Amino acid sequence: MQNISMGQAVAQALSEEMRRDPSVFMAGEGIGVGIHDSPLMPTYGLLQEFGPGRVKDTPVSEAVIAGLAVGASVLGLRPVVEVMFFPFFTLASDQIVNHAAKLRYLSGGKSAFPMVVRIKAGAGFGAGCQHSHNLEAWAAHCPGLKVVMPGTAADAKGLLKSAIRDDNPVIFIEDMGLYFFPTPVPEEDYTIPIGVADVKKPGRDVTVVTWSKMLGTAFKAVGPLAKDGIDIEIVDLRTLLPLDKETILNSVRKTGRLVVLHEATRTGGFGGEIAALAAEEAFEALKAPVKRVTAPDIPVPFSPPLEKFYLPDEAQLIQAIKDIVKA
Amino acid sequence: MTSQKKYELYRGMLLIRRFEEKLTELCAGGKVPGMVILCTGQEAVAAGVCGALEKEDVIISNHRSHGHLLAKGADPNLIMAEIYGKSTGYNKGKSGTLHIAAPEVNALCTTTVVGGGIPIVVGTAFAQQYNKSGSVSVCFFGNGAADEGSFHESLNMAALWNLPAIFICENNVYSGAQRMEDHTKVKDIATRAIGYDMPGVVVDGNDAVAVYNATVEARERCLAGEGPTLIECKTYRWRGHGESDHQVYQPKDEIACWMERCPVEKLQKELLDEGFITRQEVLELENEINKAVEESVRFAEDSPWPAPEDALEDIYA
Ligand SMILES: Cc1ncc(C[n+]2csc(CCOP(=O)(O)OP(=O)(O)O)c2C)c(N)n1
Repeated sequence: MQNISMGQAVAQALSEEMRRDPSVFMAGEGIGVGIHDSPLMPTYGLLQEFGPGRVKDTPVSEAVIAGLAVGASVLGLRPVVEVMFFPFFTLASDQIVNHAAKLRYLSGGKSAFPMVVRIKAGAGFGAGCQHSHNLEAWAAHCPGLKVVMPGTAADAKGLLKSAIRDDNPVIFIEDMGLYFFPTPVPEEDYTIPIGVADVKKPGRDVTVVTWSKMLGTAFKAVGPLAKDGIDIEIVDLRTLLPLDKETILNSVRKTGRLVVLHEATRTGGFGGEIAALAAEEAFEALKAPVKRVTAPDIPVPFSPPLEKFYLPDEAQLIQAIKDIVKA
Repeated sequence: MTSQKKYELYRGMLLIRRFEEKLTELCAGGKVPGMVILCTGQEAVAAGVCGALEKEDVIISNHRSHGHLLAKGADPNLIMAEIYGKSTGYNKGKSGTLHIAAPEVNALCTTTVVGGGIPIVVGTAFAQQYNKSGSVSVCFFGNGAADEGSFHESLNMAALWNLPAIFICENNVYSGAQRMEDHTKVKDIATRAIGYDMPGVVVDGNDAVAVYNATVEARERCLAGEGPTLIECKTYRWRGHGESDHQVYQPKDEIACWMERCPVEKLQKELLDEGFITRQEVLELENEINKAVEESVRFAEDSPWPAPEDALEDIYA
C-alpha cells in the first residue's frame, strides 16, 4: 500500500495505462505544461515520460478537444481528454452529448467510441459558479455515456483504468477537494468495475447513498450518530450510469431508511433518481420518508461564508438522519 | 490628443497599477480568498479603450477584469469589497474577483468562461443597433480566447449585421502557461478579421494613446453604421496567470524586457517632457491614488460579511 492523493492516483492510472497500451493518448488545456505544476496534480510528469506526441497540450478549445476524442476513438485510439473545470463541460457538450453518446447507437452498433473525458469538479476553492458547478446529473441523463465519480484515491485509480479499457465513452469526474490528501492506494495494477457501487461502511439503521467528495462528509457523521445509537450504512455509488440498483436496493431493504447526500444542487439532481428507485422498487421496505441532503438550488457563490452555506455538511446530514430515525 | 486627455489616461493607468500592486501584496499576506488574476503591465489597454468610450457604451470583461472595470469608472471601494467577498461589494459577495458586474457604469458582465463574453457583446451591440441608441459595445478577451469557437461565430455575425461592436483582443503573449506560438499558428490575431470581412488592427498595447486612437476610430465606424472592428493590443502580463502561479514558464529576461516598456512610465515621461505636469505633481497624484487604494482596502476590511442565507437571494428577477 502507498499513501497518495487522488491527483496522484489518477496520474498513476494514466501513466500505467499509457505504458500498457500505445493507443492511449491524452489531450487538454495545460495537461503538459500547466500553471500549477505540482506533483499532486493528476497529469504531473506525464509529458516528461510520454512526450508531446501522446500528451497534447491544446489551445483553449473545448469543442474540438471533445471532438478530437470522438474522432480519434472511432479509429481505435483511446483518448483521455480533460475538461479543466466542470462548467466548461458545456462548451464540450455538443461533441459529448450529441455525438459521443449517440454515434454508436446511430451506427446500429457497428462503431465504438472508447474515450474518456476527465472532468475536474467540486466547490470549496473560492472560484465561484463559473468554475464550480457539479453537472453529473446532466451527464447521467445521456444514455450511451458512462458516468463515474470516485470518492477515494484507490477507487479513482481502479476506475480510471477500467474507463480507459472500456469501449464506450466514459465521463470521469474528479473532485479537486480530493486531490491533495493522501490515502492508502494499492500499488499493483488493478481495476474496479464500472457500474458497481461499494458499501464503504456497513450499518443497521439508515442507508446513506453518496458519491465523490461527499463520501468524506458521510464518514464524518458516523461517530456523532453512533453516540446516539444510530448506525449508518454508507453506500458509495462510484458510478452513476449505469446505476448499480441492486446494491442500493439491498441496503435500503436491510435498513429501511434512505438518505441521499450529494454536493450538486437539489432539483434535478441525481439524488432524485435514487429516491425514485427506492420508492419504485423498495417501497414496502421503507419505514420513513426518503431524505435528500444537497446544496440549495443556487449557483455556487464566491464569498467564503456563502460558499460554506452552499456546501452540504455533516451537521445537515446528521439532522436529516435523526429526523427519519425519529419518524 | 490633448495633454489633458493624456493626463487622464495616465491617471487611470496609475490607479489600475496601484490597485493591482496592492492586491499582489494582499494575496501574499493571505488576505484575499480564492484565485486572484491581475492585469499588472496591461493597464494601457483598459485605459486607452475605456478612455475612448462614453458612459452609455457597454463593456463585457473577462477574468483579468480589474483594469477594465476601473477604467470604465467603477468604484474601487466596491470592487475591492467584492474581491474580499463582502456584502458591500458590487455583487454582494456572490461574484468575487472573477465575475464582477457593475451595471452602474455599463460594465455589464465579467465572465471567466474564456470566450464567453464575445457572443454576449453581439447581443448588446444588437440591442444598441435595434434601439438606435448611438452607443457601442466592447468586449475584452485574451489571445487564448480567440481559439474558442465563440470568437469565430461572434465575429462572423457581428460583421454580417454591421453591429456596433468592438472586439479588443488583449494579447499578453500567454494563454495559461502556453505561449502564443504554442496555441495558434497566426502571428497576429488581428489577421483573423479578414475571414469575416472586418478591419483587423494591431496596436502597441503598452501605448495608451495608440490604443485610444484605434478605439476612437473603431467607435466612429460603429456609429456610422460601418460595423465592427477587431483590435489586437500587443502587451504583456507582468504577473503569473493568477497570483498563485509562480511563472516558471515565463523567461525572466522576457519579463524584464517588458517591464522596461512600462505603459504607465511611458505616459508619465511624455507628460513631463511636454511640461504638462511637474515631478511634484506626479508625487502628489501618486499620493492621492495610493490613498484611494488604501481607502478601498479599509472599506473592504471594515465591511461586514454577507449573512449565509443571503446566498439564497438574487436568483430570479
Ligand atoms: C472555457 C474555458 N476554458 C478554460 C478556462 C481556464 N482558463 C482560464 S484563463 C485561461 C487562459 C486564457 O488566456 P487568454 O484568453 O489569452 O487570457 P489571459 O489569461 O492571457 O488574459 C484558461 C485556459 C476557462 N476559464 N474557460
